[in-house]
Amino acid sequence: MADQQPASQQPAPGALVRRHRLSTRLWHWLNVITLFVMLKSGLMIFNAHPRLYWGIYGANFDHSWLQVTHRGDEGILRIGDAVFVTTGLLGSYRDAGGAVQFHAFPYWLTLPSNYSLADARLWHLAFAWVLALGFAAYLLWSLLNGHIRRDLHITRGEWSPAHIWGDIKQHARLRFPTGAAALRYNVLQKLAYGSVLFVLLPLIILTGLTMSPGMNAAIPALLDLFGGRQTARSLHFLAALGLVLFFVVHIAMVLLAGPLNEVRGMITGWYRLPKDRDHG
Amino acid sequence: MAEPISRRGLIAAGGSLLLAGCDKLNGNPALRGLLISAEDAHRASQRLLTGGALAPEFAENQRSPNFRSNGNATAAGNAEWDRHAAENFARWSLRVDGLVMRPLDLTLEALKALPQRSQITRHDCVEGWSAIGGWTGPQLGTVLRMASLLPAARYLVFHCADRFGPTPYYESIDLIDAFHPQTILAHTMNGGPLPTGHGAPLRLRVERQLGYKQAKYVMRIEARASLAGLYGGKGGFWEDRSDYAWYAGI
Repeated sequence: MADQQPASQQPAPGALVRRHRLSTRLWHWLNVITLFVMLKSGLMIFNAHPRLYWGIYGANFDHSWLQVTHRGDEGILRIGDAVFVTTGLLGSYRDAGGAVQFHAFPYWLTLPSNYSLADARLWHLAFAWVLALGFAAYLLWSLLNGHIRRDLHITRGEWSPAHIWGDIKQHARLRFPTGAAALRYNVLQKLAYGSVLFVLLPLIILTGLTMSPGMNAAIPALLDLFGGRQTARSLHFLAALGLVLFFVVHIAMVLLAGPLNEVRGMITGWYRLPKDRDHG
Repeated sequence: MAEPISRRGLIAAGGSLLLAGCDKLNGNPALRGLLISAEDAHRASQRLLTGGALAPEFAENQRSPNFRSNGNATAAGNAEWDRHAAENFARWSLRVDGLVMRPLDLTLEALKALPQRSQITRHDCVEGWSAIGGWTGPQLGTVLRMASLLPAARYLVFHCADRFGPTPYYESIDLIDAFHPQTILAHTMNGGPLPTGHGAPLRLRVERQLGYKQAKYVMRIEARASLAGLYGGKGGFWEDRSDYAWYAGI
């Protein structure tokens, strides 16, 4: 994003302005591919043992806090003691040929679409390098070029409940900033991007490493940090869920804010400042 | 205006194209080779970070109350193993051969007479579950020093009595893991004789790798210069059958 300028020099609504740096645009589109592969292959890996545990160990005889299973032809999701029937989505579905299958996630959500833990691991573990190295490079670059300090840092004023509440009200009415104000991230945007950059992505990378027996020997402190391998596995899954939620809200906001302008901004870097709303 | 293709239909069609595309990429030999080559990066980076570090060990009260078995739950049906099991493995012996100066046949008694190591460790199945249990046995390094490896030896292959269909199970490790202090040949689990489900009479514990490397029902250890020529050439049953990683530290 452009540096802050005095009001007299701020671009007028309707003007075409530089919005996203090359580093942001490259990383954004790399993430589209990487997160797609990681999510789909990760869901296949989950299918190999569709239960989640808290603690240092966990297997079939131990108590799982989440389990996807089936009862007859019904798909079942159990969280704690709560049981949900999820036929078609979780635990039971019809494959492309119409046959009933009982894997946790259906074929259209997994990579590959047929059951293969080995193939899913090939994808997941190779793209883990792309995710981790891309993230590290982006973080480093954004620290050096001031992107984090200038655009993502949440100021003291923005942290005030009144300011956040005001922003929530604006969002709820689908009233987005116009003119030069649209160049700056608002506090809800900063919170969303900040959660991904500083919470979800570090969490998903570190919990991924914590599941590796080789890394447990190299850095046992990771096990202590997360409270054991099975807790790390549960957190890894929850962080993935967090990224999916971010993705859903992100796409919704792009659609509401003007998809063509937003997508052009992320491809070319050029963005047309929204005009003031017509109050007529 | 009539819509020849509904929006919903279009999304569904796009979705199945994407799905077919992914599966096509999954089957593409060049891309698959690239994905598989990431295994070298895993091994090299983990070996660099880990050095000789030990896998975490646990206290007795941290063990799984009920340790489920991995892989085959028995080697029954293999006539040789059946005969030994009927005699409670009294006349069973472990064969150590291949690129060694002195091939060995070690009975359970001989293995128990060697210096022993006991360790309570976590077993991580490639599927995602973990169980913690105690294992006792001689270090593999002790046995290999007795047999005296020839300079050309680079890999240890574990030939097992259990089978998947007609194929016996087999696994392999390199010398770094073979001489790691926690790599033991376990004849005892949680204080009792190794149960059938866990690979009686002897299983490998190589604690910094996943469950499928922990060969059970071990009958023979063969020292080799290369994994080429061993069944499919990738060093293990699952490695040959479905491209599981030979280095399973992750």
